[in-house]
Amino acid sequence: MKKFRLPRLLIVSAVLFVVIQILHSREIMNGYILHIINQSLIYVILAVSLNLINGITGQFSLGHMGFAAVGAYVSGTLTSLVFKINPSSPNAMPLFILAIVAGGLAAAVIGILIGFPSLRLKGDYLAIVTLGFGEIIRTVFNNIDYVGGPRGLLGIPKFSNFPIIFAAAFITLVVVRNLIQSSHGRAMLSIRENELAAELVGIDTTHYKVMAFSIGAFFAGIAGGLLAHLLTLAHPTQYGFIKSVEILIMIYAGGVGSITGSTIAAFALTFLSEGLRIGIRAIADTTGLPIGGEWRMVVYALLLIFIMLFRTEGLMGNKESRIITIEEAD
Amino acid sequence: MRKVAFVLALAILATSLVAAQEIRVGGVGPVTGEAATFGISTKNGIMLAAEEWNARGGLFNNRRVRIIFEDDKGDPAEGATVYTKLIQQDNVVAIIGTVMSKVTLAGAPIAQANGIPMISPTSTNERVTLVGDYIYRACFIDPFQGTVGANFAFNELKARNAATLFDIGNDYTKGLAENFRAQFLKLGGKVVAFEGHPAGATDFKAQLTKILANKPDVLYVPNYYNDVGLIAKQARELGFNGPMVGGDGWDSPDLVKIGGKAVENGFFTNHYAAADPRPIVQEFVKKYKAKFGAEPDALATLAYDAAYIMFDAIRRAGSTRGSAIRDALKTTNLDVVSGKVTFDSNRNPIKSAVIIEMKNGQQVYRSTVNP
Repeated sequence: MKKFRLPRLLIVSAVLFVVIQILHSREIMNGYILHIINQSLIYVILAVSLNLINGITGQFSLGHMGFAAVGAYVSGTLTSLVFKINPSSPNAMPLFILAIVAGGLAAAVIGILIGFPSLRLKGDYLAIVTLGFGEIIRTVFNNIDYVGGPRGLLGIPKFSNFPIIFAAAFITLVVVRNLIQSSHGRAMLSIRENELAAELVGIDTTHYKVMAFSIGAFFAGIAGGLLAHLLTLAHPTQYGFIKSVEILIMIYAGGVGSITGSTIAAFALTFLSEGLRIGIRAIADTTGLPIGGEWRMVVYALLLIFIMLFRTEGLMGNKESRIITIEEAD
Repeated sequence: MRKVAFVLALAILATSLVAAQEIRVGGVGPVTGEAATFGISTKNGIMLAAEEWNARGGLFNNRRVRIIFEDDKGDPAEGATVYTKLIQQDNVVAIIGTVMSKVTLAGAPIAQANGIPMISPTSTNERVTLVGDYIYRACFIDPFQGTVGANFAFNELKARNAATLFDIGNDYTKGLAENFRAQFLKLGGKVVAFEGHPAGATDFKAQLTKILANKPDVLYVPNYYNDVGLIAKQARELGFNGPMVGGDGWDSPDLVKIGGKAVENGFFTNHYAAADPRPIVQEFVKKYKAKFGAEPDALATLAYDAAYIMFDAIRRAGSTRGSAIRDALKTTNLDVVSGKVTFDSNRNPIKSAVIIEMKNGQQVYRSTVNP
């Protein structure tokens, strides 16, 4: 058993957290930038957890937002319809965290339920099953009137804030990092490298695939819950296939198998997409060209194509930054 | 590289100097994504209104309005980001937007919390304006359209047995159908069938056969034009000759392209009719056509109206303070393209609807229904 240490990641995170808090409280950084940071952090959770399934274990899942939907709806239902939390009451925060964790657990349970029958499939077949599953979850919520049906679940209290989202992203990184560097993680990696060989050396591949799926689903559920409490609503169309693909793009742009890459890509792509808004407007204003915000997505897509053309392995390849990895206890 | 940065910095400086006199107003709409045509119409409407006010010398004290328009992609998360950007980064004094209720509901709490008045042109969900006292809308809400449809079917078409077919995956059509049923029952009619179809369906014969077995005099189909065209065709094939009634989702030139002759004897409630003889309508249609080369649809019209309502409030407030604009909005009493607008206590507009009849493949203005 390796000694449990997390200094580097902890120190870097703590410094970042304090710096952002100070910049924001001194009004050097406005609420818009903080909002983008919050969103990026939620994407970090989604991308890192999907990377555990797709990158580390090598299973191609296309239904990640389905798990996020479960987390969003379960936690949103708990806070807005079951607990009916009064934001000023002292136990608002504990109840909110309880609801978020419950959302994550519900997503994990669904992950296991889906996992056992479908993870016996491989490659393209698994991708299609997960795609179908994501759509099923969305359709189910679309048809339950108790959670708003096609109108969406509205009136969720706004509890997500920077410290909570930051903490959740930090915990996700630590847990996934520690998992990867444990014997369980090695087993998952062996499945990615060669499933048949892994089976031959006695690794229970189905067990580890379900494990990766349920842990990935748990964190996706947490991210979904945080997003719902940031936007104050959950809507079935937010959790469609296209959104799952957006997360997939993040792990490919960052480097499959690298959680450092996923983290960087989640930030880079979220900031890029917002930066293009401002950049394109500046170009339009100075040159007088009739280009509007709609060109943003064209440029965004072009940049993605260039990343994939000139750096096929993604920004980080499958390497990890030394900030993320655990130092060898020697 | 340094040169580029210098030019950019200069440009930003220059624009900020000019902007001192300008009043910044945010515009939001889905100009990309699944509802892109809605977003483009909305943007056109807002831009045309701003241009007219600026040509007249601005909102007040010769201060011109500058619209900062952002794309929300029809996604609530993107909507929340855009609202935060407009308020925190661009320091807008008010926001006109956005189109889809789910996105407006993500943006409205941000506007409310920051004390920035906003008006949504076309979000029909009742809860939008209930977010708070800074949130207004320019369109009538689902209950009203369903109610007008039921009144029209009962009183003018003399129908007594109605049936409805709606998209169960779409909150808008479901809301209209539910409110139609409630009003039709209240008037003393019978709703002999209340059927839903799954989203994205193209074959409605199973539901229609079931509905027509109950012999309705009128079929209420509050769907979007593409579904309506197919439903009308299939209903006529199954032998239904009675009138069909719907909502503003019918308002598209493609309705006739898809439905052909089947949509004859069809009626729908709408925000405005291009054929309405009121001069304000005719002038707007003429200007819009000249600028954008197309007849304005309901989205462009409501966006234009929403912008007028907001600009008028800022003019009357004579200030860019959020609370002053909010108070001015409350006492709005303005003639706009879609009718004469005042607001009720929930900040929903009180205004008229028009009934449009499909005749020989054309939209014909039939009547105006007052609330």
